Amino acid sequence: MSAHSTRNKYQSWGRYPRAEHEVRFLRWRHEGLSEAESPMLPFGTGRSYGDSCLNDGGVLLDARGLDRLISFDAERGVLACEAGVLLAEILELLVPAGWFLPVSPGTKFVTVGGAIANDVHGKNHHRAGSFGCHVRRLELLRSDGSRRRCSRSENADWFSATIGGLGLTGVIMWAELQLLRVAGPGMDVETIRFANLAGFFQLTGESDAAFAYTVAWVDCASRGRALGRGIFTRSNHSSEDRPGVSAPGGGFAVPIELPVALVGDTVVRTFNAWYYRRPRTRRRRVHYDSFLYPLDRVRNWNRIYGRRGFFQYQCVVGPAGGRDAVAELLSRIATAGGGSFLAVLKVFGSIPSPGLLSFPRPGVTLALDFPNRGAGTTRLLERLDDVVRASGGAVYPAKDARMSAESFRQYFPEWRAFCAYVDPCFSSSFWRRVAS
Amino acid sequence: MSDPRRVLICGATSAIASEAARCFAASHDLLFLAARNPDKLSAIADDLRVRGATRVETAVVDLNDTTRHQALIDECAQRLGGIDAVLIAHGTLPDQHACQASFDAAHAELETNFLSVASLLTVAGNYCERQRAGAIAVISSVAGDRGRQSNYVYGAAKGAVSIFLQGLRNRLYPSGVRVITIKPGFVDTPMTAGFAKNFLWADAATVGRGVYRAMSRGSDVAYLPWFWRPIMLLIRLVPERVFKRLRL
Repeated sequence: MSAHSTRNKYQSWGRYPRAEHEVRFLRWRHEGLSEAESPMLPFGTGRSYGDSCLNDGGVLLDARGLDRLISFDAERGVLACEAGVLLAEILELLVPAGWFLPVSPGTKFVTVGGAIANDVHGKNHHRAGSFGCHVRRLELLRSDGSRRRCSRSENADWFSATIGGLGLTGVIMWAELQLLRVAGPGMDVETIRFANLAGFFQLTGESDAAFAYTVAWVDCASRGRALGRGIFTRSNHSSEDRPGVSAPGGGFAVPIELPVALVGDTVVRTFNAWYYRRPRTRRRRVHYDSFLYPLDRVRNWNRIYGRRGFFQYQCVVGPAGGRDAVAELLSRIATAGGGSFLAVLKVFGSIPSPGLLSFPRPGVTLALDFPNRGAGTTRLLERLDDVVRASGGAVYPAKDARMSAESFRQYFPEWRAFCAYVDPCFSSSFWRRVAS
Repeated sequence: MSDPRRVLICGATSAIASEAARCFAASHDLLFLAARNPDKLSAIADDLRVRGATRVETAVVDLNDTTRHQALIDECAQRLGGIDAVLIAHGTLPDQHACQASFDAAHAELETNFLSVASLLTVAGNYCERQRAGAIAVISSVAGDRGRQSNYVYGAAKGAVSIFLQGLRNRLYPSGVRVITIKPGFVDTPMTAGFAKNFLWADAATVGRGVYRAMSRGSDVAYLPWFWRPIMLLIRLVPERVFKRLRL
């Protein structure tokens, strides 16, 4: 293990808050951790938005060097790999062999370890549950040098603490995943416009049984009778591997961090109105990249929010009273302004998430970006938290940089049980904020 | 698709070699990996098997032990049924100050970075010459193109490797054996983890792919990434009476 200090490279995706770390590199799965004076935290690609992947003043264990595959059972679709392997690398290698990730978050540039530690979910949650549902086994390395193989039957308590455990229970060295059989890279996608929230709930109600993936973009600037209008997307993996479905080419990058956010209220309102009315094909067959990871084509898209960074807010409300709670959230956002292009709505299914601190649970989830405009933005997010708390929901730690300790403890009542599994030498900026 | 190649990789656990090996694995080649650490070797062998290598054999060996080199070539040829390509990638990055303070330190570095390579090249060169085919590549360095105060022990070893390869290339050309000198610039690997990085640094995966391409094409000298070729040309052109005054 080698070490050096760095300022700039190790930030979270929201670019807020900023943090300073000593960075050490994990390269080999048989090697242990060296001792550190300050608390440690595993780090993958820094795609968490807030401070759950930061450890200000502490040590980050950069795990991208743990990028080796270990075994693949091509009959059963079981892949064992080190925790620093990217989801993108798995897709590139195994889609041609007819296997797909069982659950995909909105970017494929996250590590397997990060996907487990945040128990990520995707557009197929109603069918597949969270990422942790498809982890068969994992190995956990603790700062005392001990290693535990964890699964539903072996060290099951450590397994459920580590899935969704935000990297605090130790380092996930490798994991074994159950993949999903597919015919090829193609996906059959349908898009349907809906005029308001009631339209969304009707569409999702009639689609979730027949479509593996469902999600909606909502116009967070619309109000009144149009509140919650948007575009519903539903999709299945194509059942045959036809030629002609190729990955979207090129893409582009936001080359520099812009001095100010490119995203003002007028821009958002205009863009959303255009996007909502834009004519579109109802049915098409596309490459999975276009459907599952559209933002991955714009490298460093987070830079459009400028030097002050941005907040992403993702919550789940309900299931009882979820519709009213979503309406209340959207109306508070529309009234305050300050939301962004990317507002996403989805109904979670009832498959239980395996982690003590897993975020996905039955209900309706809403996710959107807010450029950081200081106190006004955090006040609005506090007002959204009021709605989430009242509905018995939760806010997603992977996307959070500001929820209060009180909110966290209400959202994640198992947090006290979880504390027993936290490695005494591990911590994060997030954890110090909500648990101490 | 071309026939699978049988490739010997010495120093297979180095970052650049393991990235190059992934490219060979993706084209379903047969690999024989030699390195010192058994745990690292088996982690890399597993990875290459999953990535498509038709076969992966390993040997735990200290490549500084030149008496074992002939046996290594023989074992590889026997287990893979022949050898089509050899990649020599082991090496260390010396602490220049330690080498200045003590010749023992310099001696050890020259042994690893030059003498062990010369020994391997001798047996591999003879093997390929006899079969009148094959490709032999060595990871040298841009540091071998000109001596600088900050790392001239390393530079001398790599420069010696480059000159050895020039001669070997010249000798084996009539036999149809290709000899490839790889000259990476700054590469972000565990060996250089402590350095501050700038735009000149390349990641190991990029350089590993470059090694694979150079070996597949049979380039003579490959600077990786390419922009080091003009940079090193300029650096070689600086007159010595000016160069000696520079702080490089």
